[in-house]
Amino acid sequence: MSDKKYWQSFGERNNSEAFQKSTENEFKEDLPLEGLDGKGLLDAKAPRRDFLKYLGFSTAAATLAASCEIPVKKVVPYLNKPENMVPGVADWYATTYNVGGDIVPVVAKVRDGRPIKLEGNEMSSITKGATSARVQAAVLDLYDTARLRFPVQIVDGKPQEVSTFEAFDKLVSDALAGAAGAPLVLLTGTITSPTTKQIISEFLAKYPGSRHVQYDADSYSGMLLANETTYGKKALPSYRFENAKVIVSLGADFLGTWGAHLEYSIGYAKNRKIDEKNPSMSKHYQFESLLSMTGANADDRYTHRPSEAGAVALALAAELGVGVTAPALDEKLKAGVKKAAKDLLENKGKALVVSGSNNPDIQVVVNAINEAIGAGGSTIDWSTPLQTRQGIDSEMNTLVADLNGGRVGALLIYGVNPVYDYYDGAGFKAALAKAKVSISFNDRLDETSELVKFVLPAPHFLESWGDTEAKPGHYSFIQPTISPLFKTRAFEDSLLKWSGSATTYEHYFTQYWTSKLGSVEAYEKALQEGVAEPATAAAAAGAAFSGAKLAEAAAAIGNTKKGAGFELVIYQKISMGTGAQANNPWLLELPDPVTKATWDNYAVVSPKFAKENWKDMDLADRRQADAYEVHPKKQLIKIKVGNKEITLPVVVVPGTDNNVIGVAVGFGRSSAKPENTADFIGKSVVGAGWNAFPLLSFNGTTVEWSAPIAGIEKPKDSFYDIAQTQMHNTYEERTQVVKEITLDQFVKHPEELQEEREKELKPFGGIENFDKEGTLYPMYDKPGIKWGMSIDMNACYGCGACVVACHAENNVSVVGKSEVLRYHDMHWIRIDRYFSGDLDDPNSIQTVFQPMLCQHCDNAPCENVCPVAATNHSSEGLNQMAYNRCIGTRYCANNCPYKVRRFNWADYTGADSFPNNQDQTTVGKLDPTVFQMNDDLTRMVLNPDVTVRSRGVMEKCSFCVQRLQEGKLKAKKENRQLKDMEDVRTACQQACSSDAIVFGNVNDHASLVSRTRKENAQRLFYVIEEVHTLPNVNYLAKVRHTDVIRGVKEELQAAEEKHA
Amino acid sequence: MIHHRPIVKTFIFSILLSSLVSMGNTGYAQDATKGKTLFQTNCASCHSPVKQVLGPALKGVTERVPDKKLLHDWIKNNSKVLQSGNPYFTALYAQFNKAAMNTFPNLSDADIDDILKYVETYQAPTATPGEGTPTQKEEGDNTLLYGILTLILAIIMMVLLQVNSSLKKLSDDKEGIPAHEPIPFYRNKVYITFVILILFILGGYWVVQGAIGLGRTKNYQPVQPIFYSHKVHAGINQISCLYCHTNAWESKHATVPSLNVCMNCHAAINDYTKGPKLYREDGSEVNGTDEIQKLYSYTGYDPKTQRYSNAASAKPVEWVKIHSLPDHVYFNHSQHIRAGKVQCQTCHGPIQEMDEVKQFADLSMGWCINCHRTTKVNFGDSTGNGNKFYSIYEKFHKDLKTGKMDSVTVENIGGTECQKCHY
Repeated sequence: MSDKKYWQSFGERNNSEAFQKSTENEFKEDLPLEGLDGKGLLDAKAPRRDFLKYLGFSTAAATLAASCEIPVKKVVPYLNKPENMVPGVADWYATTYNVGGDIVPVVAKVRDGRPIKLEGNEMSSITKGATSARVQAAVLDLYDTARLRFPVQIVDGKPQEVSTFEAFDKLVSDALAGAAGAPLVLLTGTITSPTTKQIISEFLAKYPGSRHVQYDADSYSGMLLANETTYGKKALPSYRFENAKVIVSLGADFLGTWGAHLEYSIGYAKNRKIDEKNPSMSKHYQFESLLSMTGANADDRYTHRPSEAGAVALALAAELGVGVTAPALDEKLKAGVKKAAKDLLENKGKALVVSGSNNPDIQVVVNAINEAIGAGGSTIDWSTPLQTRQGIDSEMNTLVADLNGGRVGALLIYGVNPVYDYYDGAGFKAALAKAKVSISFNDRLDETSELVKFVLPAPHFLESWGDTEAKPGHYSFIQPTISPLFKTRAFEDSLLKWSGSATTYEHYFTQYWTSKLGSVEAYEKALQEGVAEPATAAAAAGAAFSGAKLAEAAAAIGNTKKGAGFELVIYQKISMGTGAQANNPWLLELPDPVTKATWDNYAVVSPKFAKENWKDMDLADRRQADAYEVHPKKQLIKIKVGNKEITLPVVVVPGTDNNVIGVAVGFGRSSAKPENTADFIGKSVVGAGWNAFPLLSFNGTTVEWSAPIAGIEKPKDSFYDIAQTQMHNTYEERTQVVKEITLDQFVKHPEELQEEREKELKPFGGIENFDKEGTLYPMYDKPGIKWGMSIDMNACYGCGACVVACHAENNVSVVGKSEVLRYHDMHWIRIDRYFSGDLDDPNSIQTVFQPMLCQHCDNAPCENVCPVAATNHSSEGLNQMAYNRCIGTRYCANNCPYKVRRFNWADYTGADSFPNNQDQTTVGKLDPTVFQMNDDLTRMVLNPDVTVRSRGVMEKCSFCVQRLQEGKLKAKKENRQLKDMEDVRTACQQACSSDAIVFGNVNDHASLVSRTRKENAQRLFYVIEEVHTLPNVNYLAKVRHTDVIRGVKEELQAAEEKHA
Repeated sequence: MIHHRPIVKTFIFSILLSSLVSMGNTGYAQDATKGKTLFQTNCASCHSPVKQVLGPALKGVTERVPDKKLLHDWIKNNSKVLQSGNPYFTALYAQFNKAAMNTFPNLSDADIDDILKYVETYQAPTATPGEGTPTQKEEGDNTLLYGILTLILAIIMMVLLQVNSSLKKLSDDKEGIPAHEPIPFYRNKVYITFVILILFILGGYWVVQGAIGLGRTKNYQPVQPIFYSHKVHAGINQISCLYCHTNAWESKHATVPSLNVCMNCHAAINDYTKGPKLYREDGSEVNGTDEIQKLYSYTGYDPKTQRYSNAASAKPVEWVKIHSLPDHVYFNHSQHIRAGKVQCQTCHGPIQEMDEVKQFADLSMGWCINCHRTTKVNFGDSTGNGNKFYSIYEKFHKDLKTGKMDSVTVENIGGTECQKCHY
């Protein structure tokens, strides 16, 4: 049997025995017949008679329980109803996501007084309504059970409630008076808010000698310093990816975690989508050490050691004619640099080079490269620089030194957690103890807050007033969507109070913006729209470049020795970033785009590394791949870096450089006393991964995100379970799941994909008559609406925003790691990741992302097998699921070729009226996160328009039927036709930053989905179309701007070999 | 069929009733219908066409004030007219304790004419919902009659069978054929089997019916914290349902009105003297004035000073919920009354006749579905003013034109599919 061309897992690639066995069973478990052991049913522990007994008893019990008494329900109306509030109808408030330095204007959906969903604010010219997974998940943070519910004073390491704000103010002012004389330091993340900045300066003026330090856990110091040297601006430019025909990224994950990634992904999508009449697309080169999500979307990708990052930049600069000497590189890398340089030169003024490095020398060289390719004023715009990261690493070091030297009287900490995420967290911890007064405004007793003297929790952004300024003149506002859930007070309010002002922040804010915007009307309009922006966008502008320090930087890079042993790269995961939302179960359960792992971080290594370091981990070998993969337990590895070490499980990812190990930050949260973690930081973070921040190092100017590895140890027989979601959901050898074509081939022969389809369907009537002739079943009319979806694989980057949006919209449950390990994950939409290429050659690996959800087949295999007709088809083309009819046979899931149906193995969301269904002793052990999600507080996030599914029923994507019904009703009430894209959008569609998902009425020829299908007819295909499911979801084949498509080429070769 | 017929009948009857109640007569001009809507949204809280509420009864107003322009001015901005010193209105103002009328600057002259037309042509509903009851009783009688008839026939059959066997026994005796010992009928296996079979069928029927009825609360009529009579408000005083249950127009929930809505009228109406006597279900008489006092104690209102002087003690009323749907059912009031144009009475029964509200329908799925099967959707091909949303149903429009279909029901457009109500 030949190797498969595309593989989700190594087992699939090798078609191993265990893999074959696993594909036979949709569900991993055997039937729950205890103690059967091959004996007859009657001899088993729970034989047929017992079953009948239980059946009889439970029927009788249920009847009795149900008939005893119907509870009396009360209906309590308002005494005096607020005028504009209609119970049952959602209000929308524009506000702004402002977490961990990222700024995204959003609108919050508020149902009956509680925010339940965030959508992007389409009025923003920067994010244009796009959201990321983290933005989508932020609404859940509001209802986090671990949030601190009142101000506390920490005495002997124990938090003690301070009963009133007045008492707290008194305590603080006494303490501050006691520390008078020594300067006060305000430590925050990057603050862009004009009002907050003004309040801070007013506050600092009251305390002479005091200062404000900005600290970013994911520092951009290197770029800021480099831009200061070369452009005289300590800022980050705006990158205009929409103007770039050639993009070279030197380790920047600009679609996932780097800079203003949402803005970039919108611009990037412009040149990645294909116009069939005139096919062209940008060319994207990626030079990196690990397979990042951005790298997975690149056309040509080259891996290198992190110590070579400077050399690659230098070589590229030399190739482009910048006056520097090219260092020695290995052949493949050199060829890649040459190729990229050629394309860059050919596209001068339409090209862009970005680098994710935090080393100012490298960034100086990158600036010189961009100067050489004429990026300034075209793809790099200095007219409106990005202000979301301003922290300079050395300032933080100075602060620590000052603390240690006793030169700081009081330290006020807001929104940052350096004990956890500073490279020298332990050092900061020791220094913090030396501050006379320390106050934290963080929302929980995190690693830093539990060590200070006073904590006054600030409200969540959905409970706050505020403003942001991501770029000069681009304001977006924060307004409360719910009154504060807990006894919290805004950071700004405290500063105002402690600087002796009598005004509140709300009043201050209103005054400031009313006067700034000119009138109350203008202020109210700005609040309503959520953003205030310049009337006309500034024209893209360059900046004067000074190459004075270039030679110095080049020399410094030239002196960097290429590492000899293994090297470590520390990176951010899409879901977790630096861990600002670490206790968010939606994010913890979101599979990583590349590794498909949930709940943990781990050591990423290449297949070659695994093969060479363990004698039983050759993943090209069937048996060994099984041993590695079918079982979730992963080999542990101990990595020594400098004098630090970390032990983590190994996850093998093709496309990783063979000399590199990657570890993500944002995990491993822990209180000083680990038993406090669940209460202080959150139930869900307990046991989730390891903290990699201590592995960062300081190079004298900036923090380095890579390091040489001093040594690795491979503890024998030490394993750790990693919950990955890539192993199930396979298509059992069916082809036609993913389709790809090179741009050249598509230009030359655009009909190729359709000819392939026609050939496949020829025996059953060809494409045209396939629907009728391919089946014995009758066809049914869709007289009015027929819902359909189109997914453009050229625009899906795998970021997972849709997955979390679906969680929030449809009350999809979080199951916890132990359940993901048993393949009980509940995501209605998943993003399948396929690899193709040579395992040993990381440069050859190509990746495909494919969002997979219920295809709403018109000839659905699941519908035919349901014994109780709980799943059936609607006249609008929806594959409907009636939860209350479902008896849980799971036949439908077995018969679904797309593997999109999800079964409720336990009562994950607290839907059942029988409390015993959550009893751990009867349903098996569930993770604490399930109980966090079941808390009455957290349950406030549930969408009241969607049924909360109980134990024992099947569920799946409904095309957001509640939204469809609402949209139709709106049109009916207004006596008009359905407005495409306005009345109905699915949650995944709305969340997608690159508009990869299009949805609408296919019967309407003017609808966007109809037009998309018509205009992209050559790329259109249906997944495993040949089994005649007639899906209502179509895909548009991926076009790669590359020379060869690995999967396709291998398939052709295999076919040739067969014939030969 | 057991459920089907009475429901269809009730349904048709309710439609008839509601149209009677709301329209008065059927040959009604378009502008008066518009006037009705305007009247109900703007005027009905204080006026009735035929009764004095907060303001005077309006029927005959055009005769009392023949100057049309003056009347328009009065309605738009009454304070201006009062300032001008019009003797009629000044007297009226004094008569109603100088309680100022709201101003309606938004109403156009045409709107006011429509309202006046409605008011003048208004006829108090003559039909009473009792009308339909005899038909229903007849139906019940028939069933009983058939039952008795069946019983008599069964007894006759048994007697004949007994006679037949006795005769056979006699003839056998005569012919000398040895006969078996006669078995009394209560030990006859055929009879026993027959009886068991009947008991099984009846028992099964009752069990099934009982099981289906679990959790259903038809005819539920709890005692409420305030004896609020829909009959007095919606029936006698003709207050539009939507005046209090405003949300039904916008939202899935109809909602019980907040107390500030009650106080719109009850700030001025503080006794119950003019209406008919009110009785509880147990026959005891209700003092309406006392019930209004309860409202004041909930709101903290002092009718003497006309101020909310006890606002601190105000608290919302905890009404007992009557109409409950299971959590997995999505029901939207605005869908039914705005898109579907269904009258409230169709599901809630003759609410304007109920003192204490009683659950009229069983709110079962079969009841929903039956209505969806028979209710016609406003495609409006004959009238030309159908809901434009349905223009996407090209095939149905064609079929209606060619006469292949005579009407489109909710079922035809997918109204009986699972995910229209369960998601």
